[in-house]
Amino acid sequence: MTAIADLGIAFGRVAFVMLFILNMGGLLTWVERKQSAIMQDRIGANRASIFGFRLLGLFHPLADAIKMLTKEDFMPARADRFLFQLAPFVSVFFGLVAFAAIPFGDTLRLAGREIPLQAVTLDVGVLYVFAMLSLSIYGVMMAGWASGSNFAILGGQRAAALMISAEIAIGASIMGVIMWYGSLSLQTIVRGQGDLLLGWIPAWGILVQPLGFLLFVTAGIAATRRIPFDTPESESEIIGYFVEYSGMKFGMFAMADFLETVVIAGLTTTLFLGGWQVPWLYAEGFRFPWGAELALPHLLVVLLQVGAFTVKVSLMIFVMMLVRWTLPRFRYDQAMRLGWLGLFPLSVLNIVLTGAVLLLVGGPA
Amino acid sequence: MATAAFVLIAAVAVGSALGLVVRRNPIHGALFLVVNLGSIAALFLTLGAEFLAAAQVIVYAGAIMVLFVFAIMVLIPGREETGPDPQRPTRLLALPVGAVLLVLLVALVAGGGAPRAAGGPPAGGVEAVGRLLFTDYLFPFELTSVLLLAAMVGVLLLARRRA
Repeated sequence: MTAIADLGIAFGRVAFVMLFILNMGGLLTWVERKQSAIMQDRIGANRASIFGFRLLGLFHPLADAIKMLTKEDFMPARADRFLFQLAPFVSVFFGLVAFAAIPFGDTLRLAGREIPLQAVTLDVGVLYVFAMLSLSIYGVMMAGWASGSNFAILGGQRAAALMISAEIAIGASIMGVIMWYGSLSLQTIVRGQGDLLLGWIPAWGILVQPLGFLLFVTAGIAATRRIPFDTPESESEIIGYFVEYSGMKFGMFAMADFLETVVIAGLTTTLFLGGWQVPWLYAEGFRFPWGAELALPHLLVVLLQVGAFTVKVSLMIFVMMLVRWTLPRFRYDQAMRLGWLGLFPLSVLNIVLTGAVLLLVGGPA
Repeated sequence: MATAAFVLIAAVAVGSALGLVVRRNPIHGALFLVVNLGSIAALFLTLGAEFLAAAQVIVYAGAIMVLFVFAIMVLIPGREETGPDPQRPTRLLALPVGAVLLVLLVALVAGGGAPRAAGGPPAGGVEAVGRLLFTDYLFPFELTSVLLLAAMVGVLLLARRRA
């Protein structure tokens, strides 16, 4: 009986994360249209309707999926058949699994069990997410190479170069957070952000690592390969690594970009925005700095935390969308220069500064 | 369970290593090497060395091999590379070298493997690796960084001269 319950719980944890990121990713196709429309003073997608219900255009992702799935699945004659088929799956796979180590809540106590609210509990969670992000580039490179098209190869090369420069900056910029909270486990880092600075300010990563936050978000946006870092795609010049793809395989590359956006937003939330932490909310309820207390039942606390995580991820996605619809594309060399001469040296500076502060002032109590 | 996992992962590792050697197509070879590195990381995981596994994937599969594939894509864009090998005679040297390596490996395995650290779980955690790097292996660790720096400067020098 307990074995079945354990299996069910494990399945539930994985299913929650999977559905969370898949739905977020699907929803983003709608957010992208609607948010850009609002930013540009348009109405945006509102045509798809089921029995006359339009629901603000929320049916458009569905219509998109049906359209993509029923289109011709084309493969160029010169393509590397196996790699060409495999590439979109590799892209989506690593986007999906990267979220597994990100905690979406604290421990849930249910019927005498302690259920950690993340798909897998890893001591090296930061490194795991980072590793999956870095592997996701293979899908893009394979697509670029296997298409047998010069434009696609150009896109693949650009993607590889961009990814390496972004990755170095991501790795270096999260070092400060790791040094401050003293752990590679994402859950431990989130718990560390529940402490208070000066007795009333939540010790979120963005407050103790402001430079690291800016660097990480910039490099993270570069890792999603979206504007302003969409040199691998550059639809106005080379169309990029997926130029030869059609139908749902093309859709999967777009989907992988959205999934990575969700992963970067989730990682930013976890490392810098306190993860599932609600300010002054503890396991037994609120304990406000001015002395008031408000006891809450355990389930409500967990719900508040999972809700807070979702809201923060959505907010982070909103910010990334704002950036995407505000800035023009960097030229290829500009993106490289920003990565190697801007983000990376500043990240190293951030590490040195964090180390100095930790030595002189001491870390979190 | 553990044995089944080992056999499965080992089969993938050996298979991908074979694929790397056998395939003529350089991209296929490189991708096989990525699979191989990934399966070695999975072996680390089954031994409980999470940090080593993550480092293996990030450093080798995620960074070095991306550069490899990038270089192959830049240098060999077509399929012309499948012709006869112009350096075949020198490549035959690989045979004796490989034979010596094989003999060494067989001797090592027959002798019961590498000596194990006395007591305690295998040192694969972040703390254990970090402590070793900054105490017992500090000198080799620093030496490696100097070596890498020298290689980097050398590459810059060569690249500049050709430009």
